[in-house]
Amino acid sequence: MVSNARRLLNFELYKKLYLIRRTEEKIIEHYPENEMKTPMHLYLGGEAIAAGVCHALGQNNQVFCTYRSHGVYLANTMETKRFFGELCGKATGMAKGRGGSMHLSSPETGFLGASAIVASVIPVAIGSAFANQYRNNGKIVAVFFGDGAVEEGNFWEALNMACLLKLPVLFVCEDNGFAVHTPISQRHGYDSICRIVEKFNCSVMETETTDVEIIHDLTQNSLSLIRKENKPGFLYAKYYRYRRHVGIENDFESGYRTRAEFEKWLTVDSIHLQRVKLLAAGVSEEEIVSVEKEISTQIEKDIKSAQKAPFPNREDLYERKDGQNV
Amino acid sequence: MVRMSNIISYRQAINEALTEEMERDSGVFIYGIDVGDHDRIFKTTAGLSEKFGTNRCFSTPLCEDTLVGFGLGAALNGLRPINVHMRVDFLLLAMNQLMNMVANFRFGSGDKLKVPLVIRTIIGRGWGQSYQHSKSLQSFFAHIPGLKVVMPTTPSDAKGLLISAIRDDSPVIIMEHRWLYDAIGEVPAPQEPIPIGQSKILREGTDVTVIGTSWMNVEALKAAEVLAKTGVSLEVVDPRTISPLDDSLMVRSVKKTGHCIVADNGWLNCGFSAEITTRIYEKCFGNLKSPVTRIGFAETHCPCTRPLENMFYQTAIDIIRAIEEKLRLPETDLSGENFYSYENKFKGPF
Repeated sequence: MVSNARRLLNFELYKKLYLIRRTEEKIIEHYPENEMKTPMHLYLGGEAIAAGVCHALGQNNQVFCTYRSHGVYLANTMETKRFFGELCGKATGMAKGRGGSMHLSSPETGFLGASAIVASVIPVAIGSAFANQYRNNGKIVAVFFGDGAVEEGNFWEALNMACLLKLPVLFVCEDNGFAVHTPISQRHGYDSICRIVEKFNCSVMETETTDVEIIHDLTQNSLSLIRKENKPGFLYAKYYRYRRHVGIENDFESGYRTRAEFEKWLTVDSIHLQRVKLLAAGVSEEEIVSVEKEISTQIEKDIKSAQKAPFPNREDLYERKDGQNV
Repeated sequence: MVRMSNIISYRQAINEALTEEMERDSGVFIYGIDVGDHDRIFKTTAGLSEKFGTNRCFSTPLCEDTLVGFGLGAALNGLRPINVHMRVDFLLLAMNQLMNMVANFRFGSGDKLKVPLVIRTIIGRGWGQSYQHSKSLQSFFAHIPGLKVVMPTTPSDAKGLLISAIRDDSPVIIMEHRWLYDAIGEVPAPQEPIPIGQSKILREGTDVTVIGTSWMNVEALKAAEVLAKTGVSLEVVDPRTISPLDDSLMVRSVKKTGHCIVADNGWLNCGFSAEITTRIYEKCFGNLKSPVTRIGFAETHCPCTRPLENMFYQTAIDIIRAIEEKLRLPETDLSGENFYSYENKFKGPF
């Protein structure tokens, strides 16, 4: 028997999954109209990680992520108006069109920023974690990065420093097996990221699940451990990137990966799993459809409003603060 | 350090600014490689960990790029970090964080976030430091929109500008020439903050304008003292802030004198001296009585060996000779003059 609290939690998680999935699908639909002139790194396939981690974090904690930032943004904010404004380069975007798809943020809700230089946001995240420790405000910072980031000096330097200073930070490694198109087998001189990271003074958890509830629970455990044991956490989650590295198309014909592999992952697709789980827990089809419709309507409305919104004006480029461009 | 009079060293001026700002604002902290060890960055961080605790003044692992990113993250979250790099050469390891992250994070946030980050870095000549411990890369940093670059020459400017940098909501790089730590000068108590982005006339004169940066102002003032005896009057202008650059005083000065020498503590090629020179040509073209002369490092590396190291660096003598050539004056006899010699001050190793 599923508790009411669990049913509610799973429904909330489903809303996040569905919002991310539907948003990415709508981007694919509208991208050819050429109004979103920004390189899209779609999050399809990773939904359970952003939704699970961000839901566990809530909005009192903080998060940073990579240029593949749609999932974290949507899971953190649940909003699509400023989101599509930014993708369309409009003044209504959360960064007034300055950053586009690769640099989403929402400081008001704890999403402090995203960077398009691999691993470069990890040192920033531990600095923010230091500020939280310094102020003793109980906040934890989560930082998302891919398996490619683990090859960069910034990752190891920041991991070392975070463990040394016992910072309240959760490292979230999203491993899709490829850095752009190059597989891990051509990049790592060791077998397992987790086996190396666990030599540091931090708690390591790993999963290959696409079940958002499991990822949510793992994150909660990690956050409790960070608080209880006074040391960083490292959450490693494997997933499969459904589309090409950048752009909206499939790329199974390019030879570096196969459609069969994709189809295997599709059998455990996170949105599908969670929908089946809700039905099994006694949520009615009507309730689910109603929420799905609500989300789809919101997305369509916000795309239209972004298309109509004005572009930022010249002053925004040359606006100078403190005697210097900011 | 206890203050005995209003005449204090550049080192003590920095130490006072840090101490007072850390007292004023509990969010100010200072960190970096060797910041907390017994040497305390040429004693500029002396007493801070004892007074404020090791969570506000501490040494770190050796990871320059991450240290700068760490400062950015702490700044975004409401603190006012000061990150120290004992050689600007080491700060080169942090160019990714500086150029790709720190410089544009505020811009990228749609102005929602502030980046009150200070980076102190030590530049310039030492004692046989050769080519990896002696650079002065102000042109590199000034090239990047979003970074403020400050090079104080006097103790008062060192203190007043550091206070402003700490209170600034944008990232500021402060470049301190190591030879200046022993320079002394009047620093009023209390020292008011000195606004970033304002140049200053260090010495008034009528015949030739010398625009100097950092240590080269010490050499320019010496040249002015020597030439005054021969009746040549130099005006010395210190930009103090490299970016954003206030060129108003230098332009006014060159319009008055008609002659301009730019003495930059850095490489000439694509250097800060080229930026100044361009501005002088753009804004004083009709007032110039001679072409602008640039004094700085030639396009080569700083060697360890003393005779060549001495040739690599330009001094007051080079400024004097350049002025004599410009004004078609005979060479002054400098045999009785006492020029600055690091040998007399210091025996190494740093």
